[in-house]
Amino acid sequence: MAGFAVFHEDWSLYRKGRLDQQRHQEKIKDAIRKNLADIVAEESIILSDGKKVLKVPIRSLEEYRFRYDFRQREHAGQGQGGSKVGDIIARDGAGRGPGQGPGAGEQPGVDYYETEVTLEELEELIFEDLGLPNLRRKKEALLPTDTWRFGDVRRTGLMSNVDKRRTLLEALRRNAMAGRNSFTPLAPEDLRFRTWEEEIRRESQAAVLAMMDTSGSMGSFEKYIARSFFYWMVRFLRTKYQNVQIVFLAHHTEAREVTEQEFFTKGESGGTRCSSVYRLALEIIGQRFPPEDFNIYPFHFSDGDNLSSDNDRCVELIHALLEVSSAAGYGEIVSPHYAHLSSSTLMSVYQKVKDPRFVSVVIRDRSEVYPALRAFFTDRGAAQPGQTA
Amino acid sequence: MSPGGPGRLERAIAEIDGVARDLGLDGFPVRFEICPADVLYTIGAYGMPTRFQHWSRGKAFWRMKTEYDYNLSRLYELVINSDPCYAFLLEGNSLVQQKLVAAHVYGHSDFFRHNFRFAGTSRFMLETMAASAERIRSYEFRYGKDLVETYLDAALAIEEHIDPYARPDGPAPAARSGGRHAPEDDVPYADLLTLGEPAPEPPPPAPKRLPERPEKDLLRFIAEHARDLDDWQRDLVGIVRGEMLYFWPQVETKLCNEGWATWAHTRIMRRLDLSDAEAVEYAKLHSGILQRGRYRLNPYLLGFKLLEDIERRYGTDHLWEVRETQTDVSLVRNYLTRELVAELDLYLYRKVGDQWQVSATAWEQVRDGIVRSLTNGGHPVIVVEDGDYNRAGELYLRHCFDGWELDATYTERTLPSVYRLWGRPVHLETVVGDKVTVFSHDGERVTRKVRGPAQRRVRA
Repeated sequence: MAGFAVFHEDWSLYRKGRLDQQRHQEKIKDAIRKNLADIVAEESIILSDGKKVLKVPIRSLEEYRFRYDFRQREHAGQGQGGSKVGDIIARDGAGRGPGQGPGAGEQPGVDYYETEVTLEELEELIFEDLGLPNLRRKKEALLPTDTWRFGDVRRTGLMSNVDKRRTLLEALRRNAMAGRNSFTPLAPEDLRFRTWEEEIRRESQAAVLAMMDTSGSMGSFEKYIARSFFYWMVRFLRTKYQNVQIVFLAHHTEAREVTEQEFFTKGESGGTRCSSVYRLALEIIGQRFPPEDFNIYPFHFSDGDNLSSDNDRCVELIHALLEVSSAAGYGEIVSPHYAHLSSSTLMSVYQKVKDPRFVSVVIRDRSEVYPALRAFFTDRGAAQPGQTA
Repeated sequence: MSPGGPGRLERAIAEIDGVARDLGLDGFPVRFEICPADVLYTIGAYGMPTRFQHWSRGKAFWRMKTEYDYNLSRLYELVINSDPCYAFLLEGNSLVQQKLVAAHVYGHSDFFRHNFRFAGTSRFMLETMAASAERIRSYEFRYGKDLVETYLDAALAIEEHIDPYARPDGPAPAARSGGRHAPEDDVPYADLLTLGEPAPEPPPPAPKRLPERPEKDLLRFIAEHARDLDDWQRDLVGIVRGEMLYFWPQVETKLCNEGWATWAHTRIMRRLDLSDAEAVEYAKLHSGILQRGRYRLNPYLLGFKLLEDIERRYGTDHLWEVRETQTDVSLVRNYLTRELVAELDLYLYRKVGDQWQVSATAWEQVRDGIVRSLTNGGHPVIVVEDGDYNRAGELYLRHCFDGWELDATYTERTLPSVYRLWGRPVHLETVVGDKVTVFSHDGERVTRKVRGPAQRRVRA
C-alpha cells in the first residue's frame, strides 16, 4: 500500500454536467417544437388555469436500447420477513414515490417521455413564428414601463456588462498609437461597458371578439377546438398588447353576449344564422371598442351549417367587420365523422372573400389548431408595430 | 470543508490507512478529492471525470442532482478504478461520514486491485478517456456537433453489446462454441473405430460466412465491418466500446465489490476509537446503507450478508479468496443458501394483471432468479448472425431467447440506431409470444414478420 493523499481543489470551472444538461434541455425544446401541433391542443394545458409548470408529453427523448420487457420478467426483491407467494407488493400507479416502484422510469410500451416546462417557455415556442397581420397604428397612450434595452456604450459600468469587442478595439487603437501591433497591454481606460436605458412604451389595446355557433349541431369536440384556439389567441395577443379584452358572443339564430363559462359549456338548440352574431359584433364595436383606439380581432367558429338564405348577408357583414378590424377569421370545425364531406356553403362563399385580412380555415382534428393559429397570425407583409414585446 | 478542517480529516484518514493495512487490505494508493455536490454528481453521472460529453449524461446528472436536492437519495461514495485510485468525498459531510466513506473506499481499492475480473482493465483509463473526449471534440469541430451526436447516440444505444470475455485480439478460439460437436465426436477414441477405412472425403469448403460464428460484440463487428463508416465514426464506436469494456467488470461485480467494501468499512470502523456520539452516527449511516429494497435488491446488503456468511462458514482466509475469484453470478450461485434466503426474506416477483405479486420464495428458485437477472449485466444477449444477409450486406442479429421477451417498442426504436451505424437494412430475430419474429428496419420504417413457432425452452 503506497498511502494516500487528500486534495481540496477548486472545481468551480467543472461544469460538464450542467453543459450537457443544457444540451438535454435544448433537445427537449426541439422535441416540443416538433410536437407543437399536438401540444397546442393538449387538454392539460388548456384547462390548467394558473398552473405555471406543465407536463408535456414528448416523443423521442428516451434513450432506446434493446432491453427486456419488464412486465414479463421476474424481478428479485426483499421483504421484511415472512413474505409468501401471492403477496402483493405494489399496484400500478398506486402512490409510489419516485424511483421506488418496480421498473420506475422504465415503463415499456409508453412511447413518450413527460417533461416539465413552464407556460412561458411553451408560449415562447408556440409564438416563435406567429406575427400580427395588417397592423394599423392606433392612438396610443405613452407610458413609462419597466422594460429596458441595452442601447449605449460608456466608459464606466458594471464589469459583467463589459463590451469585449469594443474594449479590445480601444486597446488595439491605443497600442497602435504607441506603435505597438498588439492588443496588450490592456489599460483601464480601454474598458467599454454596455449600458441600458429605460424604455417608454406605448400603451396599446386589442379586443378579441370570440364568436361561436352554439346551435344543436355544435358538439363538445367543436367547442373544445374553439376553446383551444381562443386560449392561445388571447395569450398570443397579450404578448403584443398590454391590454387585451375579450368578449364572448354565442349565437344560434339569434346572438347574445355570454360569459366565458357559458361560452364554452352551454349548448343550445335550434338552427343557425351567422349574420346575427356579426351584427351584434358590429354593435359592440360601435359601443365599446372605437376602431381608432383598438386593434380588433373578430373570430368566428361554426360547423358551417348556416341557413343558405343567410349566406349573402354574412358576406356583406364580414366586409363591414373588416372595415374596422385588424384581421378577421372564420374557422369551420368539421368533426371527424363528417370529415369526408366537402365544406359547407358558407365556407364556399367565404372563400370568395379576397381581402388579405380575412382568413378562413377548416379544422378537422385537434392537431389542426396550431396550423389554424399560424394561418391567422401570419405577418402578411404589414409593418411591425413599435411595441413588440 | 468538514468540521475541524483539513488537518483533522487527514489525521483520520491516516489512521484508517493504517488500520486497513493491518487488516491486509492491499489496494492502490488512494487520492481523495473533496468536492461539492454538483461535481460529485457530475462524476457519478459520467462514471469518470474526464469522460466525453453527451446529453444523456446531463440528463442523468440532473436527475441525480435533483434527487439529492430533494433529499431523496444520496451518493455515499465514488471511487475510480485506476492507479492511484481516485475517491471523491462530498464537501460538507461530517467527519464520521467522511471516515465511513474513506474506509469503504479502501475496500473498493483492494477489490479493484485483486479481483480477477479487473486484471485486464486499464489503470490509466482517466487519461484514455480524456484523450478520447479530446478526439471527439475535434470531430465536433470538423464535422459538426449534431452529426457527431447522431453517431454517439447510435453507438450508445447498443453500448452493452460487447463481449467482455473475448480474447483481446484475433478471432475467438473455436472452443468457444464448446459442446456443439457432432455426438459421435464425443465417444472416446472415436478415431480408432475408423482405422483402416479410407479417409472420408473432406467436406466441400462451406461458403465463407461473416461472422464465422455468432459474434456477441456488436460494436466491434460494426466498427470492423460496416462498409460506409468514416474513420472518425469507427473511432466513436471504438471509444464507446472501450469504455464499456472498462466498466464491464464493475457491472458484473456489483454485489462482490460493494459487499467487500462494506465488509471492509465495518471491520475498519470497529477498530477506530469513536466517541459515543460518533458511534451512534456511524450506526445510523451503516444501517442506512444496508436498507432492504422491496423492489430491487440492495447490492450493499446482499453482498455484505453473503460475504459475512462465507466468513462464518469457511473462515476469513476463504473470504479473501472469494474477493479474488468471484463475480456476482458465481457468488450467488455458489454461496446463496436456503438459510440466507429465509433470513433476508428474498423473493421473486412479477406482474399479474395490474399488480406486482411475489411469485417465488423457494430458495433455489430465488437463487436461480437472481442469477438470471445478473447474467450479462441484466441485458439481453444479442449476437450478429450474418453480416451479409440477403447477400446484400444487410445485418442479421439474433436475440438469444431465454424465456424473457424483449420490449417491442424499445426494439423498434433501437433498430434505427443500428441502421445508422451499419448503413444498410438491419434485422433482429427474437421471440414474441411463442413465435419467432424478425424485426427489420430498412432506413424508412420498422416491420415485423413472424417466422414460425419458437422451439420450446426449458426455462419458461
